[in-house]
Amino acid sequence: MDLGTINPILLVASLMVSATPILLAAIGEMVVEKSGVLNLGVEGMMITGAVVGFAVAVNTGSPGLGFAAAALASALLSLSFGVLTQFLLSNQVATGLGLTLVGLGLSSLIGKPYEGMKSPTLPDLPLPLLADMPVIGPMLFQHDLMVYLSIALVAAVWAGLKFTRAGLILRAVGESHDAAHALGYKVVRIRLMAIFFGGACSGLGGAYLSLVRVPQWTEGMTAGAGWIALAIVVFASWKPWRVLIGAYLFGGVTVLQLNLQAAGTRLPVEYLSMSPYLITILVLVIISARGYHGAPASLGRPFHASH
Amino acid sequence: MRETLLEIKGLTKAYPGVIANSDVSFSIGRGEVHALLGENGAGKSTLVKMIYGLVKPDSGSMRLNGSAFAPQDPHAARASGVAMVFQHFSLFEALSVAENVALGMENPPKPRDLARQIREVSETYGLPLDPDRTVGGLSAGERQRVEIIRCLLQEPKLLIMDEPTSVLTPQEVEILFQTLRKLSAEGTAILYISHKLEEIRSLCETATILRLGKVVETCDPRDTTARQLAELMVGASFDAVTREARAPGAVRLAVHNLSARSPNAFGTALKDVSFEVRAGEVLGIGGVAGNGQDELLAALSGEIVTRPEMVEFDGTPVGGQGPEARRTAGLLSAPEERLGHAAAPDMSLTENAILTAAAREGLMKNGFLDWSGARGFTEKVIKAFDVRTPGPGTAARALSGGNLQKFVIGREVMQRPEVLVVNQPTWGVDAAAAAAIRQALLHLAGEGAAVVVISQDLDELMEVADRFAALNEGRLSDIRPVQGLTVEQIGLMMGGAHDMEVAHVEA
Repeated sequence: MDLGTINPILLVASLMVSATPILLAAIGEMVVEKSGVLNLGVEGMMITGAVVGFAVAVNTGSPGLGFAAAALASALLSLSFGVLTQFLLSNQVATGLGLTLVGLGLSSLIGKPYEGMKSPTLPDLPLPLLADMPVIGPMLFQHDLMVYLSIALVAAVWAGLKFTRAGLILRAVGESHDAAHALGYKVVRIRLMAIFFGGACSGLGGAYLSLVRVPQWTEGMTAGAGWIALAIVVFASWKPWRVLIGAYLFGGVTVLQLNLQAAGTRLPVEYLSMSPYLITILVLVIISARGYHGAPASLGRPFHASH
Repeated sequence: MRETLLEIKGLTKAYPGVIANSDVSFSIGRGEVHALLGENGAGKSTLVKMIYGLVKPDSGSMRLNGSAFAPQDPHAARASGVAMVFQHFSLFEALSVAENVALGMENPPKPRDLARQIREVSETYGLPLDPDRTVGGLSAGERQRVEIIRCLLQEPKLLIMDEPTSVLTPQEVEILFQTLRKLSAEGTAILYISHKLEEIRSLCETATILRLGKVVETCDPRDTTARQLAELMVGASFDAVTREARAPGAVRLAVHNLSARSPNAFGTALKDVSFEVRAGEVLGIGGVAGNGQDELLAALSGEIVTRPEMVEFDGTPVGGQGPEARRTAGLLSAPEERLGHAAAPDMSLTENAILTAAAREGLMKNGFLDWSGARGFTEKVIKAFDVRTPGPGTAARALSGGNLQKFVIGREVMQRPEVLVVNQPTWGVDAAAAAAIRQALLHLAGEGAAVVVISQDLDELMEVADRFAALNEGRLSDIRPVQGLTVEQIGLMMGGAHDMEVAHVEA
């Protein structure tokens, strides 16, 4: 084994790329859960975004249009979940699992003609001045647009939830929908908007996989990324910056274990492959083991304005 | 005569199967404190929800300040100067006081200004409150202040209060009344919903009494006795509870230095609780909700297991036993939460009866259930406690709260317990049924059982208990005979107006 072949600059740079799909999906799901809705369909929405984004990008030649179409497609898919759970009061867990199965099936149907094709990918967008700094520049500031956008989204979600009235109302709805209803807030409408936003974020995450990270379409290519995003939201105690830490940790360990495999370590590949999942969950459990968990009190509970 | 502020004419609202309000008319004057009285289910809540814009009337009209008033939603009602303090569910536990206040305002100011306004209003009205604290950590009295201040910041013309004193100590009630009188003097009308008749007689100048959705009487409560008001509410006279004279016998239940952690994250731990109850005696345990009542019941019923010697039943240590063993021996209990704790909502009354009575009533043979015996026992409970239900096969969820409460208490009483522990035995039950339940508890004690009644209703405890103690933050106060106990003393035993002392230190 030769650790010298692992370049720390490349490692950090590629961990950010590797973490971005999960980060996008997780921050969207966090907003959904903050409004009191548990959508377990993240995996299905991600892979739908991956296939729709890929197909549109291949046909139009524009990765930007691919991302936009992916966000829209997954958001529309998530609205089916929204209508079922918010208007027809179906069980959120079962409906979310169903959404995952629908997404997986739908994506392989749409994706059949695109297997083995190559898509146009996003160009790198070095930030002026910052990108020229030694070491830090190539690590952090020579990425494509979506990486910066994903971080900006985390900051926006954090600030929006903390400082704006809309964020306060969203948190209030997730905390006690009965109280929010009694004060005259439209619980169902607010939750539908949150579900729509969560769907769009998952779609972006999926499209990032098929357009930038891989970039290719293969059936089932999300390979559990949606589930990891869900786990990260819970273990991050519904806090945006912790979601970022969780996603980067997962991305980091993934990239590191790939590098270790390439460097010819003697550890069996199976252990290396499972390490990102184990380590991410372990670290986040330790973080959240201390006291207050902060789960929205109405999370997963159906709301009906009957009283 | 006061100038009319709100005039209600012929309001009617029907839900499938029930008419909640039928042709309700009355008016409220400027600065008037107006009581709205009625049993559970009389239609008080529906009526105020229509005034607050949460429910739309089927017919009828309202006029506010002489112009037509038909709020589409609470935002519109607040904009017209109507504010409401809810009985429960309108606060967000994980949010701060200031955030909770902001959520109830139409155009909240910037956070810093809001915090300053909260401090100002809270000082003006003697309701100390720190805007930065999380509501989850506040006492019931402090939570209510959050709601009141949220309303006062909007300078309402009409303030609706839904059973505001059910969670307060007597001292806190007095402070609240001073605030309300001050508001009334400033010209704010108050619509005050309660079924505590003495409070209404001391606070309100007009009372409208609802029964089955209709106005049955409008009167001046100061000229009417509490008993007359109660009979107007119920629509019939009912027997007052009578106590049989009896001499206490041997100690049946003894609790020694009971300390136990709460199974609930927001619960209260029991700290060093000791008491004894003798045969033929009723011990009343009062206190504001959330001071260890649920935990005490759980420790006595066996849901919380402690060291064996902490709970002794007829001289035998039972602290280490679970509920089944204690039930078999004759230590029975009925918890506060009817649906989900005392009864399984989706199971029939017969199944619910088996769940607690199987051992003592012999409803189980060699592991098989005796269904006909169980039905017989259930029918006995239904008959003896006047439970209004189609039959023993009805699901517990389908019963009204009061009827299910009668069933849950009756189920335990009919098992002839040696020791019975009940928490909030008459919560949400109408006056006549409450009297029947209390009478049954007294009768049980008269037959030699020891009874522990945990309740937040002080009038109830004064009526049934021989001795009284209060729970305050998981500790039990001194135990005193009920005879000769004053409201003042009870308030101090319950911890007084806890937060007021803190406020003085801060000032």
